[in-house]
Amino acid sequence: MKKHINTGNKDTRSGFGAGLTELGQTNENVVALCADLIGSLKMDDFKKNHPERFFQIGIAEANMIGIAAGLTIGGKIPFTGTFANFSTGRVYDQIRQSVAYSDKNVKICASHAGLTLGEDGATHQILEDIGLMKMLPGMTVINTCDYNQTKAATMAIADHHGPVYLRFGRPSVPNFTPENGTFEIGKAVLLNEGSDVTIIATGHLVWEALVAAEALEAKGISAEVINIHTIKPLDEEAILASLAKTKCVVTAEEHNIMGGLGESVARVLALNNPSPQEFVAVNDSFGESGTPDQLMDKYKLNNQAIVAAVEKVMKRK
Amino acid sequence: MKPNTQQLVDLSTQVRRDILRMVHAVNSGHPGGSLGCTEFLVALYQNIMDRKEGFDMDGMNEDLFFLSNGHISPVFYSVLARSGYFPVAELATFRLLNSRLQGHPTTHEGLPGVRIASGSLGQGLSVSIGAAQAKKLNNDNHLVYTLMGDGELQEGQNWEAIMYAAAKKVDNIIATVDLNGKQIDGSTDEVLPMGSIRAKFEAFGWDVLDIEKGNDIEAVIAGLNEAKAKTGKGKPVCILLHTEMGNGVDFMMYTHAWHGKAPNDEQLAKAFEQNAETLGDY
Repeated sequence: MKKHINTGNKDTRSGFGAGLTELGQTNENVVALCADLIGSLKMDDFKKNHPERFFQIGIAEANMIGIAAGLTIGGKIPFTGTFANFSTGRVYDQIRQSVAYSDKNVKICASHAGLTLGEDGATHQILEDIGLMKMLPGMTVINTCDYNQTKAATMAIADHHGPVYLRFGRPSVPNFTPENGTFEIGKAVLLNEGSDVTIIATGHLVWEALVAAEALEAKGISAEVINIHTIKPLDEEAILASLAKTKCVVTAEEHNIMGGLGESVARVLALNNPSPQEFVAVNDSFGESGTPDQLMDKYKLNNQAIVAAVEKVMKRK
Repeated sequence: MKPNTQQLVDLSTQVRRDILRMVHAVNSGHPGGSLGCTEFLVALYQNIMDRKEGFDMDGMNEDLFFLSNGHISPVFYSVLARSGYFPVAELATFRLLNSRLQGHPTTHEGLPGVRIASGSLGQGLSVSIGAAQAKKLNNDNHLVYTLMGDGELQEGQNWEAIMYAAAKKVDNIIATVDLNGKQIDGSTDEVLPMGSIRAKFEAFGWDVLDIEKGNDIEAVIAGLNEAKAKTGKGKPVCILLHTEMGNGVDFMMYTHAWHGKAPNDEQLAKAFEQNAETLGDY
């Protein structure tokens, strides 16, 4: 089994900030917009280096999405930044009409997604955003797993023409993907080869899946671990190839069980190769206040939950 | 060479016929606001805007127009077609299956002249501001025009945009409010009284002017030129365009009833008596 090394905990939102800073130097068409959360989104450097290309919108997310759509007319590549909740649910119709239906090249960059936002509680902890965004025709949906991958994804989406939802988080988490690695939109990353079960994870749950795989190895179970950073378009080929081998799957995500990665995987399997599947996800509820670790523990979004789900799904083979 | 007043009046009459024929053919669509804004859009496209030949999405080095109240698509489509963006004959496909002329305007089917989808109200001003700021970044001195309904101002996003445009000195935009005082459920005063729209825009920091005769082509051109002269001075510019919903068809005027209702055969014939063919029907 391949050993993945945590090179030191870092927050994914800082990866976004670093990617945006680099884009500022390499792509003069990139512009950035923020709705009063520059510090939280780590957009300070871009603002400092390129004040003319930075737009502080104020607390007005609907206006931000519309202005971003307008900026594309004239060749700009706008990156909007706010919390995931205010990036999606609050502005769904603006994204639907002015961005997705209008085929606008807007990059909706969303931090503080999911339960790991922590103490602010359920008003800010969106667990429905992947579902909302993946239902929009033409929208690319990406959920990155660590600092390095978030930085790489931020730079990659500037070269992709079309609307993108880029989801990342608040807390410091293990940083284990390669520094300056390439990011291929829509391409699954095989992290561990295995033969008994496939674990398909996205976002903060990818590291937990790797920890779970080690624990499973000690129990004599060979787990294949796939990092799905792009939920739409989904790498169906990689999923089906793995399932042809392992015959069962556990999906893991920091999202509602409804509408997330797990349901996308279930659709692919139902159409091609019906297989037993267990879901590590939030069971159709809102979050609450607490530390990120406490919340991930309480809502069973961690490596122990993945191990338990693997043991359950193996019995259904 | 720009068309003269008589040519613009003739074109307006023909556009009114187009609107009536389009909504009649599919027994749906929004004639009231379309008829009310005919002179405005004719003036804009035929006299005021500096436009390039052909169409490209980025619209660099030309004036741009965004329609926020997308339900008045019939007048938009007619004026676009008769300004050369696509064949006039295509107006016959309005609201039909597989048409580029969707019920509400969209970029999705690739119709030349349309740069944003609209229909869900209150979004066009934000888009226009973004396009205006892109022009500034590109050192493009052309202007961005937008049109919205007065009832549409009940959507909150407009006020985010109105606040922002003044704060950021977006002075290359001319936003026009179609002040016809009517919306689907009745007069704006019955549905949700909005008080003084002028005072509101001024309080937010805009330069505001009225076009009192919004259905008089010469008055509209004069007002638009006055608005142009106000651009580039640190403030966004708002035109309050006083129009009559259903203008040009006597039984459609002075009521909100024709906001979203098509005429029947008899009503169409009566409307045609008041709007004789000028440039030729599509």
